[in-house]
Amino acid sequence: MENKLIEIKNAYYFYDPEEEGKEPEPALKNVSLDIYEGEFVAVLGHNGSGKSTLAKLCNAVFEPARGTVTVDGIPSDSEENGDLIRRKVGMVFQNPDNQIVATIVEDDVAFGPENLGVDPAEIRKRVDSALKSVNMYEYRERQPHNLSGGQKQRVAIAGVIAMQTKCIVLDEPTAMLDPMGRDEVMDTIHKLNKEMGITVVLITHFMDEAVKADRVVIMDKGEIITTGTPREVFSKVDFLREHKLDVPQSTELCNALGIKGCVLDTDECVEVLGRILGGAV
Amino acid sequence: MVKDITFGQYYASKSVLHRLDPRIKLVLCLLMIVFLFVCRSFPALALMVVFTLVAVGFSSVHVKMIAKSIKPVAVILIFTAILNIFYTKGKYENGDSLVFTVLGRFEVWDKGLYTALFTMLRIISLVIISSLLTYTTTPTMLTDGLEKLLSPLKKLHIRVDTLAMMMTLALRFIPTLIEETDRIISAQKSRGADLDSGGLVKRAKALIPVFIPLMVSAFRRAYELAFAMTCRCYTGGDGRTRMKQMKIAPRDIICLVICLLVCGGVIALNIFFKKVI
Repeated sequence: MENKLIEIKNAYYFYDPEEEGKEPEPALKNVSLDIYEGEFVAVLGHNGSGKSTLAKLCNAVFEPARGTVTVDGIPSDSEENGDLIRRKVGMVFQNPDNQIVATIVEDDVAFGPENLGVDPAEIRKRVDSALKSVNMYEYRERQPHNLSGGQKQRVAIAGVIAMQTKCIVLDEPTAMLDPMGRDEVMDTIHKLNKEMGITVVLITHFMDEAVKADRVVIMDKGEIITTGTPREVFSKVDFLREHKLDVPQSTELCNALGIKGCVLDTDECVEVLGRILGGAV
Repeated sequence: MVKDITFGQYYASKSVLHRLDPRIKLVLCLLMIVFLFVCRSFPALALMVVFTLVAVGFSSVHVKMIAKSIKPVAVILIFTAILNIFYTKGKYENGDSLVFTVLGRFEVWDKGLYTALFTMLRIISLVIISSLLTYTTTPTMLTDGLEKLLSPLKKLHIRVDTLAMMMTLALRFIPTLIEETDRIISAQKSRGADLDSGGLVKRAKALIPVFIPLMVSAFRRAYELAFAMTCRCYTGGDGRTRMKQMKIAPRDIICLVICLLVCGGVIALNIFFKKVI
């Protein structure tokens, strides 16, 4: 975890054009963030906090108005560099329907490598292994519109894996899914990170999804307001409340019960409560 | 309700016709349709009809499906038959001609009967041959085949690959947009929209609140899709490779030869037998 993969320095971004003398409301304000190779970073924030904009800076679809973004040594300051960066950083969006381009699952997974000009035999290999790694190999000849949301999202993830990017940025990949689909997708993302060593940037507004990340970044009004390990960040319950953010349910329960320290997930919660109740649980 | 629209008419199977290279299939389909019109004598047409039936046999497409494809042209068939029966008059080149019967003011000539029969068989074969193409080829394969066939046009700076990509995307989004239409219809109905009653004009007007949201959402989807495609390094057709390569197999060559033989037969039979049309 020592190599910086994505380096964002004092980045500003505006959606409205800059008018003379008057500064428009920035979507991102003086954001600096380093993402290291192999890391799992969760970016949290409520709607309009700038987290999706930050995601789009990471793969150079947006260029910062001020400040710099450097990915694997390449600055995102031109179209050509943007193309190079997108070969290293893949992206998965919220709505699975709007990012699948082909009428057959395997053709869709092949779309990325085809664009990169990879040799046909090599594409076949990559597509098969990508589909296997997201457990969608049996569905390779299906039509995407017959799949469930979670399955479609896993196909989209396979599409990025097949491009063999170093990093994958997921922009609220579970927001439109049911709880089961959400679990499927989250399991897949963790597997990518642990087994294949792919750097993951997960944009989400579900606190529970951020708990297992290596590092949590919290955004509000276009600024990064705090960053740290999940345990560090979620222990500041009052601070998060000030910014109208929830904490994971278990953390909230233990906090309300006045238990010291930070409890992150259900298992920990059960253990802590069990200890207090004298092993009755 | 809208969901019931079956798109395309692919009939899944693994028959010889299904496995033919889509390029070959497209070219042969066109060739055979042209030769249906080259036929001038009954034996030549008979050869084409036999060819069509054999092709149906090899396609393993159910006869019912074939019948279904003819149904929409039934009106045209009857219409052309009637016109031909009553309005074809005249003599053959060798002077033979015969008034077969007289119905009221109309005279029916035997040439008219022949022409009617000939045209009907021709149209039916035409419909069967062209629907065999769509029954045995998925829309994706058709698009790919067309792209390859039209690729020489790239020299004229026509972006064939971009056109093919547009077709693929259109095919991909048809089911999605149909689902969306269903959802919007339900949403508008639940808010009291009346879509099913009234005259034609009223019903057409009632569809406006369905189509406007549909258009808006289609544009939004298009925007997001373009974004997603950029993220997946799509920069147009240049430098793209394809995972699925089309290869000409021995069966493609065999089919090509058979079709060419049939075409040769048609020309020969035209020369040796009496021309009807």
